[in-house]
Amino acid sequence: MGRNEWPARLHVVTGKGGTGKTTVAAALALGLAAGGHRTLLVEVEGRQGIAQLFGLEPLPYKELRIATPPRADGEVRALAVDPEEALLEYLDMFYKLGAAGRALRKIGAIDFATTIAPGLRDVLLTGKVKEATTRSDSGRRAYDAVVLDAPPTGRIGRFLNVTTETARLAKMGPIKTQSDGVSSLLRSPITSVHVVTLLEEMPVQESLDAIEELTALNIPVGRIIVNGARPPLLAGARLTKTELKRGLIAAGLPSDPASVAGLQSEAKAHLTRRELEESLRAELLEADHPVVELPLLDGGVDRDGLNRLSELLMGV
Amino acid sequence: MADQTAPLLDVDALLADPATRIVVCCGAGGVGKTTTAAALGLRAAEVHGRRTVVLTIDPARRLAQSMGLTELDNTPRQVKGIDTEATGGELHAMMLDMKRTFDEVVQTHTSPQRAAEIFANPFYQAMSSTFSGTQEYMAMEKLGQLRSADEWDLIIVDTPPSRSALDFLDAPARLSRFLDGRMLRMLMAPARGGRSMFSLVTASFGVFSRAVQKILGAQLLTDLSGFVAALDSMFGGFRQRADETYRILQDPQTAFLLVAAPERDAVREAAYFAERLVAERMPLAGLVLNRTHEVAFDTISLAEAEAAAAQLDAEGDQQVTAEALRVHAGLLRQIEREVRVAARFTDAFPQVPAVAVTAQPADVHDVDGLRTIGTALAG
Ligand SMILES: Nc1ncnc2c1ncn2[C@@H]1O[C@H](COP(=O)(O)OP(=O)(O)OP(=O)(O)O)[C@@H](O)[C@H]1O
Ligand SMILES: Nc1ncnc2c1ncn2[C@@H]1O[C@H](COP(=O)(O)OP(=O)(O)O)[C@@H](O)[C@H]1O
Ligand SMILES: [Mg+2]
Ligand SMILES: [Mg+2]
Repeated sequence: MGRNEWPARLHVVTGKGGTGKTTVAAALALGLAAGGHRTLLVEVEGRQGIAQLFGLEPLPYKELRIATPPRADGEVRALAVDPEEALLEYLDMFYKLGAAGRALRKIGAIDFATTIAPGLRDVLLTGKVKEATTRSDSGRRAYDAVVLDAPPTGRIGRFLNVTTETARLAKMGPIKTQSDGVSSLLRSPITSVHVVTLLEEMPVQESLDAIEELTALNIPVGRIIVNGARPPLLAGARLTKTELKRGLIAAGLPSDPASVAGLQSEAKAHLTRRELEESLRAELLEADHPVVELPLLDGGVDRDGLNRLSELLMGV
Repeated sequence: MADQTAPLLDVDALLADPATRIVVCCGAGGVGKTTTAAALGLRAAEVHGRRTVVLTIDPARRLAQSMGLTELDNTPRQVKGIDTEATGGELHAMMLDMKRTFDEVVQTHTSPQRAAEIFANPFYQAMSSTFSGTQEYMAMEKLGQLRSADEWDLIIVDTPPSRSALDFLDAPARLSRFLDGRMLRMLMAPARGGRSMFSLVTASFGVFSRAVQKILGAQLLTDLSGFVAALDSMFGGFRQRADETYRILQDPQTAFLLVAAPERDAVREAAYFAERLVAERMPLAGLVLNRTHEVAFDTISLAEAEAAAAQLDAEGDQQVTAEALRVHAGLLRQIEREVRVAARFTDAFPQVPAVAVTAQPADVHDVDGLRTIGTALAG
């Protein structure tokens, strides 16, 4: 599964909070950069998740090179989109605001404009993402792929469905035009929304709900990424005390009744958990989108871990 | 590991104390706030005989169903099928309907005609359903309503699944600042017949207004100033009510419980929140560390389990025991990680009582499951 298995150019990564969106988005940006490509990793929620993950200073509103893929040519740039900056940049296209822009920010005008209408904020953010995705520098595409660390499943439909949200407020004018442009990009094969989940009930349920919502909006859903998967231990094992006791004796470990019973109950709890995970996995497979699994990394996600996840995503 | 272990949180004492009137469960998203709130409510009713209401926000579907919450009707419903015979307690539960709560606030504070104008305004429609902070504000509002009705011995409040735990404390202030803020007043100036806003404010604001008009269309500014004018009569009320609820939250009748999962981000949020509660002089009762793990026996260490699993694998005929030992090792590693993470909180707040609730093998979505969590909460 190489780059060809990730055909879109704009990869939107969503999932329930805490399931690993930022981690997976970063790993995907690294993986897609391998082989001499340039990718852009974007975040939009003002949380500096990318900087934290890579151990960097907070990112400015600028596209900066932050990493190179493991054992290959290529480069990942990162951008933390700030809605205020995006609005100023946008206004600047029509008016030369200069210092007036800074003054506006000081009196809270920008904050005001982007909070009064959350739809406006979203169209500015997605508008910036679209701009980066479609930008060319002297006839060459600026980025081979753009990966967006997107808002969580609960908000993703509204976030991506920009036209409906802004139509309520702006019925014409440049914002309307802008949101129409974003909307058609998001509904084209250039875009693919990937959903990250854990094998737990709520994340799976929310993933399935989001897939349904996006499908109804005609926004293309790509892969389901099962993160934090555990190795399939004890499949079909017969967990008798006799068997465990024999094993403990063979290993020269304590084999008193309490130890044997303890080991047995832990193993049984593990199997209960696994059964639940199996049924959740089956539910995900029914959604009919390719499922990729990433393992739970023992030591958490450091740079090596991230590289490993990126290679797994690319099928290396 | 922390060298001071935190004192054990006595949940039963808290729930039984008639002076405790409000328990607020807060923490980062997904840590188990709603589950904890529901479990506390059940225990307060069944074990302590209190007439309890639980205000839940966005509960998992199956949990809501198990409490009989099938519709979002914004009024408490008595939970059936629980065991309060011995104590005479009652459990009522409700799900917050943010939009309806906002509508009700508008209705009680203005004339029917004004209310109708407000409801028809596209800004109100956008804001009452999507403004970040509205849900937090409305949760506070509903809490204020439940408290002033004075029908309950105990109100247990769940908090919205915010990005950050602090949103619950900050959002109402942000919303009311916004509603009676300078920016809206500027926009309103012409609508109130005073001098035009353009002559009042800096040149940059003029540029901005023209830019906004140009980009969003003039209709938008008209709608906006209509919205502001219609809400004008309510500004005072908004602010006043938020302030009142804030005062109740500072009162000893309230107890805050921080809920955290033993994960880095959740614990960091809990620590921020604890600092904030201390700074605002709000009564922090304790920390619930939810979804922790435990071993069933302690005679085999991590190193021993791993070495033995490798040895058995190499010998090749004790596959089941080898894998069972790997499960044990995985559990020990997870517990190590959890203890390390939790210590970040307990080291910083050694005086805050804490209790750990183990992760159940499956999600909690029935009354029995809540009872199990309640028992675990009681230590
Ligand atoms: N495969 C993995 N193995 C081990 N730890 C992981 C893995 N994936 C993610 N994590 C850890 O899980 C935590 C949450 O991950 P991450 O921040 O990527 O999630 P998120 O979905 O972006 O969260 P949020 O909703 O808060 O933005 C982090 O501490 C991360 O290091
Ligand atoms: N101790 C626990 N053991 C197992 N599952 C739990 C436990 N606590 C919570 N859960 C599950 O975790 C999920 C999130 O819990 P919830 O209470 O909805 O979190 P929050 O309200 O903080 O977002 C739910 O599916 C719930 O059943
Ligand atoms: Mg993130
Ligand atoms: Mg909740």
